[in-house]
Amino acid sequence: MINKLWISLIVIGSLFLIFTGNASILNEQILSSGKATLELVMQIFPLVSLWLGIMNIAKDSGLLDRLSHFIYPLLHKIFPLIPKGHESLGYISSNIIANMFGLGNAATPFGLKAMKSLNDLNKNKDEASDSMVTFIIINTCGLCVIPTTIISLRMLYGSKDPSSIMIPCFLISFISLLFGLLIDRIWRHHK
Amino acid sequence: MNISSLFIPIIVLVVIIYGAYKKINVYDSFVNGAKEGLPMAISMFFSLLAMIFGVNIFLKSGVIDYFLSFLKPFLILINVPFEVLPVAIMRPFSGSFGLALLNDIYKVYGPDSYISVLASIIQGSSDTTLYVITLYFGTIGIKKIKHALWVGLLADLFMVIMALIIVPLFF
Repeated sequence: MINKLWISLIVIGSLFLIFTGNASILNEQILSSGKATLELVMQIFPLVSLWLGIMNIAKDSGLLDRLSHFIYPLLHKIFPLIPKGHESLGYISSNIIANMFGLGNAATPFGLKAMKSLNDLNKNKDEASDSMVTFIIINTCGLCVIPTTIISLRMLYGSKDPSSIMIPCFLISFISLLFGLLIDRIWRHHK
Repeated sequence: MNISSLFIPIIVLVVIIYGAYKKINVYDSFVNGAKEGLPMAISMFFSLLAMIFGVNIFLKSGVIDYFLSFLKPFLILINVPFEVLPVAIMRPFSGSFGLALLNDIYKVYGPDSYISVLASIIQGSSDTTLYVITLYFGTIGIKKIKHALWVGLLADLFMVIMALIIVPLFF
């Protein structure tokens, strides 16, 4: 699926640029992607490392276990296949909480740890497990109480009420998350 | 609003103090955890490179604007501001592109206009689906992603429709 999408993005984009006489833009894009990716990775790598360090303290001290026990009843409804007390639950809850408060930089390493530990439960390491797909859908829906980037952009432009978008954002992302989880369930049971 | 700037220090403090209270070696634990960052960064690089390569060629090609120009008369008919549509279409593909578009909309219409609010809410009510999928599946080496992409994109579409219905009720 990703494969087909990737081919379409490149073929459609390239042909359009060539036919509209903008081959120079195409050249520029082909050559600059490597640098753009490296910049992105360099930007997130130190923060990922930092949060992984903090996270490891929480894991070693048992704080993460406490959190996952606390949130288990709720998560069990969404992830019925994860056994009680599994470490992925702690990472999943940390990831969701970090996302909710708009801490994208912290959410990423928690999410990566969650995926890694979900992969420990996975039988076929090539294929995504049901729990992984559900976890990814929660992340793509971007449930967020404080959309920090947008609020700061609104402040920058002198909005009278920068945080006025918070409630509708939360409401709409929550509805679309429920929709996503529902489609996920339906899809899974009809396969 | 500034509560959010307190979250990070509070989380860090709680974790470190709890670690000290449980008498673990907090320093060693931090270093051991942080070490995992490098292999993670290396394994995420290649799938991100592939995705940024594809997405940038597509988004910079102008093909989206070209097709949207055909939709314009229809959108005016159903009362959807045209400027909002590129934001909605970019949303699953690139976070920074969407933010740049939002910036342009604020510049032209001001941050409190209906168009700006609608565009902000569309931008803020979802995450970059393609990036999330590439990053998480790519880093741990999953090749078959099942229905994750489809459901992610469907939820994005649903989100835009909901925004178009709900936002006029609020503003």
